[in-house]
Amino acid sequence: MIKMLSGNEAVARGMWEAGVAVASAYPGTPSTEILENYALFPNVYTEWAPNEKVAVDVAIGAAYAGRRGMAVMKHVGLNVAADSFMYASMTGQEAGLVIVTADDPAMHSSQNEQDNRAFAKFGRVPCLEPSDSQEAKDMVRTAFELSERFDTPVLLRLTTRICHSATGVELGERNTPTAESKPFPRNPAKYVMVPGNAVKRHPVIEQRIRDIALFAEAFPYNRLEPGNHSLGILTCGVAYQYAREVFPQASILRLGMTWPLPEKMIRKFAQSVERLIVIEELDPFIEEAVRLMGIAVEGKSIFPITGEFDPRVVRESAITTGLLPESAHVPLPDVETGPLPGRPPVLCSGCPHRTTFYILNKLKVPVNGDIGCYTLALTPPLSAIHTCGCMGAGIGVAHGAAKAGSPEHHVAVIGDSTFFHTGIPALVNVVYNNSPVTTVILDNRITGMTGHQENPGTGRTLLGQETTRVELEPLVRALGVQHVQSVAGYDVKAIEKALKEYIKLDEPSVLIAVEPCALMPEVRKRWIPLEVLADKCNGCTLCFRIGCPAILKSEELDEKTQRPKALIDASLCTGCEVCAEICPRLAITFRPAEVEEVEMEGNVSC
Amino acid sequence: MLETINFLLCGVGGQGTILASDVLVNVGLAAGFQAKQAEVHGMSQRGGSVTSHVRWGKVVYSPLIGAGEANVLLAFEKLEALRSLKSMRLGALALVNLQVIEPLTAISGDQAYPSDETLRKAFAQVTSHVEYINGEEIAGSLGNLKVANVVLLGALSALLESGGQAGVGLTPEAWLKVIAERVPPKHIELNRKAFQAGREAVGKK
Repeated sequence: MIKMLSGNEAVARGMWEAGVAVASAYPGTPSTEILENYALFPNVYTEWAPNEKVAVDVAIGAAYAGRRGMAVMKHVGLNVAADSFMYASMTGQEAGLVIVTADDPAMHSSQNEQDNRAFAKFGRVPCLEPSDSQEAKDMVRTAFELSERFDTPVLLRLTTRICHSATGVELGERNTPTAESKPFPRNPAKYVMVPGNAVKRHPVIEQRIRDIALFAEAFPYNRLEPGNHSLGILTCGVAYQYAREVFPQASILRLGMTWPLPEKMIRKFAQSVERLIVIEELDPFIEEAVRLMGIAVEGKSIFPITGEFDPRVVRESAITTGLLPESAHVPLPDVETGPLPGRPPVLCSGCPHRTTFYILNKLKVPVNGDIGCYTLALTPPLSAIHTCGCMGAGIGVAHGAAKAGSPEHHVAVIGDSTFFHTGIPALVNVVYNNSPVTTVILDNRITGMTGHQENPGTGRTLLGQETTRVELEPLVRALGVQHVQSVAGYDVKAIEKALKEYIKLDEPSVLIAVEPCALMPEVRKRWIPLEVLADKCNGCTLCFRIGCPAILKSEELDEKTQRPKALIDASLCTGCEVCAEICPRLAITFRPAEVEEVEMEGNVSC
Repeated sequence: MLETINFLLCGVGGQGTILASDVLVNVGLAAGFQAKQAEVHGMSQRGGSVTSHVRWGKVVYSPLIGAGEANVLLAFEKLEALRSLKSMRLGALALVNLQVIEPLTAISGDQAYPSDETLRKAFAQVTSHVEYINGEEIAGSLGNLKVANVVLLGALSALLESGGQAGVGLTPEAWLKVIAERVPPKHIELNRKAFQAGREAVGKK
């Protein structure tokens, strides 16, 4: 039976069929749904780790212990985990070890579009790339078999288009390797990478990658599809689908293993065609390797090095460079729509982060941001994020700027999950090397941006079990921060008072703004739309400055000021009361008092 | 019958485009096509534009539809319909839901939300096969705004039949079966009504 599965669902199914014993990940688009789906299978162990480096170490531990281990991350997660990835290549393991990297060409939700095939080459690790969901599922097992056969970690590289496309999959049976219970290995020559041992391991892994290159010559996923001899195409991943569609007549060598490359196979293919091109997204990874073999090849002189491909990108690039005739051109409708208003993502109505950014905007301080929903506060009217580079960067950047003599008081903002990820060491540094940086931890009790994943602060695991909740305030105090306080996320006055006090200090300070994400199911139950009292509103526009999508401009103008009055969209308003708190004329209603009581009781009971 | 049929779905996060495209790809599969679906929804939860591609064919390679190659546009919102207009093939079928969801850029007054006239004029330049429908109004009359997406699917099923594009062998029951597998049991009857109301809205029983 054929089932439509996204690439991520297919990988999860493949993990189940392959009997993965331990799977660990930090959520990140486009990879998040892999473990979310894996967790739905019976009798599996899987977890959210605080960051990708920990996730890879966990997978390595399982594989050292003789059970199949897997770590899953988005492309930039492998930067965080690179240290572990590199030592795992040096040691090898007792059972299969697979690391999934989900790259994001076009940066649909990322800060860069790095091509992680480079890590495979860098680490002397084989890289597998599926072209659809069926292969995404099947290649999980293949990756484990390869890992066990050659005593190497294997990189399974997906891209957004593979992760988030649904294609038909024929399901397989679960076939877990028969695991004998054996003691943890005491093999320091292999597993203790002191220089004396590491020196001996390096030639081993160089030989290993040469052996895998020979194996690749007969690897079934390196597939020759013979066609017309005038054009030969080397391709991989989803780009294979575009190649097949745009060049139906061409000969194609589809590489399912993009590192190491099957040199003999490629050489033979090159000799069989008149012109050889590579169609690959992002880096000229295959192209350069083929050129190093001394084979004439074209690639990035025809197709873009940036962004994501689709059939049009491939076709138009080919037409522009004379590879396809002008007649292949698909015309676009010649129609003038005029300028269309953009629809950029914004902080949701009721977002508890809004309060902090409204105050930071008022205080006009430089804000060093981090990765999460709160990065969306960069746009007007909040305009209160001034740097954002990667997970955990903001606190360190703020400290560096302060030490460099930046004349203003720096504020770092970071989410709860991101703080657990890589914020803690940066805050240790602020304390240890003493800078007057104020850190705001926006604690919305969940990992928000990726769609509500549990984290060490939520008290629940990926498998839905209750667990110890790592409390932020005691943790921050234990790091040595003297000025710490937790405030309610919607409390405009308390946040303003605390921040005004902290930005005058000469010492590290931490404000923890606590309020659950407004989109969480249990919070949605408490939504009550507020109302604007039109007779009190004079169109002062103050409430527009919080950038809430639920606050609209009414068609009714104030008689005196001739400015539009405010209007609340009841379908969007959650009743967070931030607008009501800042309205100088009390023209916005607060929540009914009796509802607040019910809510209080609710809080006490949970 | 066309070799491949390319459905482009567009709307705003939360409108049910994802469920609709999931239904559509599985209807294609049930009808014996090879089918693929691609979601382009990076940060849709935060009120952004959502686009989904569904392709049916004898053989389908790319999950994505190149601009200019959509045979069918299913637009859940007016502004998003206009934004996707240039991805359509000339003369393609378009079903446009008349809902308006103003983005913050329009609410703030910086940019004007396009008028109904602009929308209709622009579509008329690209195709004569355009149908406008008020999915929310129909869903509202059934007592649940959330089924507007199924109203649209019902209308689409009828339009595909009259267009002869891919209606071959596809009965309303085939669609309803796929829909029923994807909604809570207690809502199956409501969805059936919504699907039927969508069909009737474009003049088909």
